[in-house]
Amino acid sequence: MTEVPEHLLRRSRERRKALGLPVEGDDGDDAAPEASAEGGEPAAPAPAPAAPAPAASGGGGGALFEDLSQKTGVPAHLLERSARRRSQLTGEPMPGGGDAGGEVAPAAAAATAVATAPAPIAAGPDGHTHRLLTVVKAGSIQQTKASPVDKVHTWPHLLVFEFTALLAVTAVLTIFSALVRAPLLELADPNLTPNPSKAPWYFLGLQEILTMFHPMVAGVLFPGYGLLALGAAPYLDKNPKNNPRDRKFAVALFTVFIVAAAILAIIGSFFRGPGFNFTYPWADGVFFDL
Amino acid sequence: MAQGNGQSGNGQGGIGTKVSDNLREGMEKTKGAVQGTQLWSSIFRPGSIFRQGYNDSPRNRSYVIMNNVLYHLHPVKVKRHAVKVSYTLCLGGLSFFLFILLTVTGIFLMFFYRPTAAQAWNDIKTLETAVTFGSLVRNMHRWAAHLMVISVFLHMTRVFYHGAYKPPREFNWVIGVILLLLTLLLSFTGYLLPWDQLALWAVTVGTNMGGFTPVFGDEVKFVLLGSREISSDTLLRWYVLHVLFFPFIIVIFMAVHFWRVRKDGGISGPL
Repeated sequence: MTEVPEHLLRRSRERRKALGLPVEGDDGDDAAPEASAEGGEPAAPAPAPAAPAPAASGGGGGALFEDLSQKTGVPAHLLERSARRRSQLTGEPMPGGGDAGGEVAPAAAAATAVATAPAPIAAGPDGHTHRLLTVVKAGSIQQTKASPVDKVHTWPHLLVFEFTALLAVTAVLTIFSALVRAPLLELADPNLTPNPSKAPWYFLGLQEILTMFHPMVAGVLFPGYGLLALGAAPYLDKNPKNNPRDRKFAVALFTVFIVAAAILAIIGSFFRGPGFNFTYPWADGVFFDL
Repeated sequence: MAQGNGQSGNGQGGIGTKVSDNLREGMEKTKGAVQGTQLWSSIFRPGSIFRQGYNDSPRNRSYVIMNNVLYHLHPVKVKRHAVKVSYTLCLGGLSFFLFILLTVTGIFLMFFYRPTAAQAWNDIKTLETAVTFGSLVRNMHRWAAHLMVISVFLHMTRVFYHGAYKPPREFNWVIGVILLLLTLLLSFTGYLLPWDQLALWAVTVGTNMGGFTPVFGDEVKFVLLGSREISSDTLLRWYVLHVLFFPFIIVIFMAVHFWRVRKDGGISGPL
């Protein structure tokens, strides 16, 4: 069955009454069809046409609820409605001498509500049909942790720079490639060892260390532990500061590492000649291919 | 731009101002002349390129990012300081771009290259002499590879000096170190492929070092070479590693790397 909103039903009844047409369910038991249709919920409220506001039927309980409202901060009419509903369900009289519950509950259970008795209604004092489920204090659900950040749109502000950068790199790379030929030496010959034999430039630092240490240390342990230390850096460095000025030790350590790697690679590239002996590039030439 | 020129001209004195004023006037004149032509107005008629015309509104700026799968790597908005080139120096983005460039040029090279000891060197010689743009593309591939090693390394240095490896980004730093290692491995496996004296002996030096791995040095060396000495088997093995295996792995790690950049709150800083 399609659920027709209560206010539309009410409006329809009023209109039919005004026009003098027969109003369905107007013969005193307007609560009944709804109650039976909803699967036997005994106190299912259906709005009586032109029902008096519950506040008017409250009787002597008003003052009690006002008091309670002062204490709990919950509006008085809600407290009253809740109490009436509770009394309907349990059959106990309403606190504060309200007589509505006692009368209505059995009537609704028998599904023969008397038209003159104030029928249980779902609407609030001003005809509101929604119900307050709970009152949650604002602080407990609206926690603002992030502070506003000064932001700009990625398009165009960032993409323009990125596009320019990649165009520039492509241009430089294309021009450089058109001018400088990549090396291609003679066909590989396993029987002819060139002197010196050098690793690619990024491993030349390691090859340089190879002249000082056992191959296991220089070729495996050194790079292995180096990579491990590099990867573990964020877990070793517990200083939460970001600015290089506030973390001089970490910056100094890393700079030493970078500079040492660069110096070793440069020595390996340009200052090592035949037999991987030390030479001066300006005296003996460069023994280096990229 | 024109404004910037004018201001710097003022700083330098009268002659500079006059030159830049003349320049600006000339540019304005040219601009007016070009934009007044029939051709210009018919090409850039509203609705000609963009059917609705392009209306520069915050909403449309957002759609540019949201409706494009590539741009969608970026958030719709970024911190203002992140846009400063002086902060990132574009190094991470350029590393990624160089990877794409290397993929494109590498696919071109694959059409002309066979990874066997008998054919590899001749194929490259042929590529350089007989294929249109072959030499240029090979050079670009080689230089871009070196440049990528440098840019990845510099990117790492930049990130360290900015303290950007600190929580919450510490795991992304670890991914970055793995990416550096993968970049070096990609470069090193590519180093053998020309099969010239430089390639053979550079790789010999490298793999000999690997042979000194404690406990299972010989096994490591055998797995690296696919045989006792560098041979055609090594070439095939390193070729497959270079064109399929490592690119596949590095793409996965790059995806995680980029994803984590955003999940960890975008770019670090400001300092």
